[in-house]
Amino acid sequence: MPTFVRTEKCDGCKGQDKTACMYICPHDLMKLDMDGSETGHAMKAYNQEPEQCWECYSCVKICPQNAIECRHYADVVPLGGSVQPLRGTDSIMWTIKFRNGTMKRFKFPIRTTAEGSIDPYAGKPDADMSKIEENGFFNHNEQNGYREGDRSELINL
Amino acid sequence: MAGEFGNPEVVEETVDILMIGGGMANCGAAFEIMQWAKGTDLKIKLVDKAAMDRSGAVAQGLSAINTYIGSEQDPADYARMVSNDLMGITRDDLAYDLGRHVDESVHLFEEWGLPIWKTDENGERFDGSKGMTPLKDGGKPVRSGKWQIMINGESYKWIVAEAAKKALGIENIEERIFIVKLINDKNDPSRIAGAVGFSVRENKIVVYTAKAILLAAGGCVNIFRPRSVGEGTGRAWYPVWNAGSTYSMAAEAGAELTLMENRFVPTRFKDGYGPVGAWFLLFKAKATNAFGEVYMDRNKEMLNDYPPYGQAAVPASCLRNHLMLKEMKEGRGPIYMDTVTALANLRETLSPREVKHLEAEAWEDFLDMCVGQCGVWVGENIEPEKKNSELMPTEPYLLGSHSGCCGIWTSGPTDVGAPTTETEEGVPSHLPSGWNWGYRGMTTVSGLFTAGDGVGASGHKFSSGSHAEGRMAAKSMVKYCLDNADFTPELDTPVQELVDAIYQPVRTFLEFKDYSTAIDVNPNYITPKMLQFRLQKIMDEYVAGVATYYTTNAEMLKVAGEKLDMLKEDAMKMRAKDLHELLRAWENYHRILTAEAHMKHIEFRQESRYPGFYYRADKNFVDEENWHCFVNSIYDKTTGKWTCFKRAHVDLVDKSKLFK
Ligand SMILES: Cc1cc2nc3c(=O)[nH]c(=O)nc-3n(C[C@H](O)[C@H](O)[C@H](O)COP(=O)(O)OP(=O)(O)OC[C@H]3O[C@@H](n4cnc5c(N)ncnc54)[C@H](O)[C@@H]3O)c2cc1C
Ligand code: SF4
Ligand code: SF4
Repeated sequence: MPTFVRTEKCDGCKGQDKTACMYICPHDLMKLDMDGSETGHAMKAYNQEPEQCWECYSCVKICPQNAIECRHYADVVPLGGSVQPLRGTDSIMWTIKFRNGTMKRFKFPIRTTAEGSIDPYAGKPDADMSKIEENGFFNHNEQNGYREGDRSELINL
Repeated sequence: MAGEFGNPEVVEETVDILMIGGGMANCGAAFEIMQWAKGTDLKIKLVDKAAMDRSGAVAQGLSAINTYIGSEQDPADYARMVSNDLMGITRDDLAYDLGRHVDESVHLFEEWGLPIWKTDENGERFDGSKGMTPLKDGGKPVRSGKWQIMINGESYKWIVAEAAKKALGIENIEERIFIVKLINDKNDPSRIAGAVGFSVRENKIVVYTAKAILLAAGGCVNIFRPRSVGEGTGRAWYPVWNAGSTYSMAAEAGAELTLMENRFVPTRFKDGYGPVGAWFLLFKAKATNAFGEVYMDRNKEMLNDYPPYGQAAVPASCLRNHLMLKEMKEGRGPIYMDTVTALANLRETLSPREVKHLEAEAWEDFLDMCVGQCGVWVGENIEPEKKNSELMPTEPYLLGSHSGCCGIWTSGPTDVGAPTTETEEGVPSHLPSGWNWGYRGMTTVSGLFTAGDGVGASGHKFSSGSHAEGRMAAKSMVKYCLDNADFTPELDTPVQELVDAIYQPVRTFLEFKDYSTAIDVNPNYITPKMLQFRLQKIMDEYVAGVATYYTTNAEMLKVAGEKLDMLKEDAMKMRAKDLHELLRAWENYHRILTAEAHMKHIEFRQESRYPGFYYRADKNFVDEENWHCFVNSIYDKTTGKWTCFKRAHVDLVDKSKLFK
């Protein structure tokens, strides 16, 4: 399912120095065609190596214009279906269309805090340098997640 | 002074600690390290070939956290499970230590906003948006298996990266930097001194000098010909962007590798490679042959061939493949996941509200981590309650944090009874003899640390364990730097030589591009893409890929060796017509070395340790007497030769408890 960019929707991220899709693709696939020399569509993005697309949907989810969609791998999947997300701040909505026309919609939560609100060390203790060689992390036991374990299980002590 | 194509700008930077890769492991390290580094003036930097928000194996999201110990289980139980799933040869010290620490990271994820499913006092389950009691305060997760818990994980990586980036500070992070090589110290070749890479966005080479490096660049995909070879090539199960950088760069720096013969061949939904875990564990579905027979029952005597690993309550993953492959080879395929019966059964036992959510849960499992599988379902009109789906074992992948355990030989904890001596003969004398040599998470190269997929002989860490392991390594890197305050690393190679090596594919292209009229066909160079095809053909046909039903032998391996030698030579003639292709060129170089390590280890181990993942037809048995041991290796980058040797295996927890 390589991604493709809808000509009439992509605005090249308004000529910013990096487009959202180029920024995010983990495999460096999305490319902005500045002058139209590669695609015939100047200042629009395209997938430069569709056969390397993992269909991770990172670019689809991030595009501010909802210009990116997927056309499922032509060598594997029959035509006609589509799976399209709309990612909001706390949930994602999926619209799924089968080849035979059946439609389904799902909505799932994606996070319980506001994006950008994480304050990693807020309320956390400083590291105790005297314990740097001991087990556990700088906020040892603050998270109640350290499992001491039954030492009698260790047969080689 | 920006560079130009063919003549890049060179930026040199000195830091104390360099983190390579911004995946789960280094996100954990980034969070942990800044608190320990506070008050020291250590300079810390992280580089990633991609954007941390969506880089690594968790880019797409996940629908489960696969390692959560919980308060009812013991780290020793976890170490036992890891061992059995990997046919008895894992490092109990590493697995046990991970089991002690991993839940701390899971509790942080929840604090940061990752929605984790919960069950209420009546056992009814709710998704993670409901704000029920956090795990940290005793909230009950929804277990989809003994070790797994369900999440709404579409934004898992986004959340974990947000915390890491905030902790580290955006000024200490550089994205779109692909690291090509590690550099040893000029005065002490057993030490690390830095790393070199290039920007995928501008004509720029970066040369870092560092005291300590955390190399966590994931596992390796696409060394074997994938089952889909057209437009669908990108749909490997393992994310196509992790190219074995961890293993190859460590090997070239002189680090000892372990169990590189191990591979992972997941059985997944055919073509989309969607996850099956929730279907087996949560929905209780069965896998059958074409005639509805459950192959795990039909072929269960085959498990007796592999004592004791076949006799555990949950047989090793490779053995489950082994039983399935028999059906395929004998013509009783296709193999199906019986989703229809499973969902019908569940409808009988669950509350009406839960039934309503059931269908959504089945779809969410894919939508959160493998949208491509939904693509296959909608294209083929598959609704799981009405039509069963095919299963298929994939092409092999190399990784150390999922259900595989290849990787780097790493120093473990000192308080769990790990050996301090070595009883096998033949270990090169410059290597440490016990399982710990001072710094938790350090490789056999001083100052070079690893975590996640990098740490060998301890699989089943998954996302949470990789994060926790990164945190452990972070802490010991700080200690290492403080202990070595007086040490000033010096690169053993002149910068110009590094620059020339990295930009060689560009220069080759510029020099020869006008020799022929067709840009891709030219006797003076090879495109990275064709080089990759050649590697995949060799590995697939000779080193137990899908073409031979995962079967090889000593003669086939010998042929593979000859072909790989020539491929390595030709890799020096790769071309790069732009920065994107330069990225592909070096990814494929990393793939070749990783593939070669895999091949050499399989050749050295005179048995078939992982039936169902690979078979040595000439040694088609598990030989507990002679090969219940680690196979480790080192690589000499000047001669290009591998040396394989044995290391003794020792149990630190009692494995017989698994088989009662
Ligand atoms: C398909 C799949 C499904 C999974 N499902 C689950 C699940 O359901 N639950 C669960 O808990 N775990 C799951 N896991 C496991 C989990 O994703 C891994 O254990 C974890 O991501 C490993 O962390 P890591 O940091 O070692 O590697 P990764 O997270 O993969 O990170 C590697 C990083 O290195 C960077 N990189 C690579 N090469 C270079 C280079 N040369 N230079 C610079 N940067 C580089 C990459 O961009 C990336 O940022 C799954 C894994 C896979 C592959
Ligand atoms: S993110 Fe969307 S709008 Fe921006 S360049 Fe890419 S496709 Fe075009
Ligand atoms: S779906 Fe993923 S791999 Fe494909 S182009 Fe988009 S971001 Fe890249």
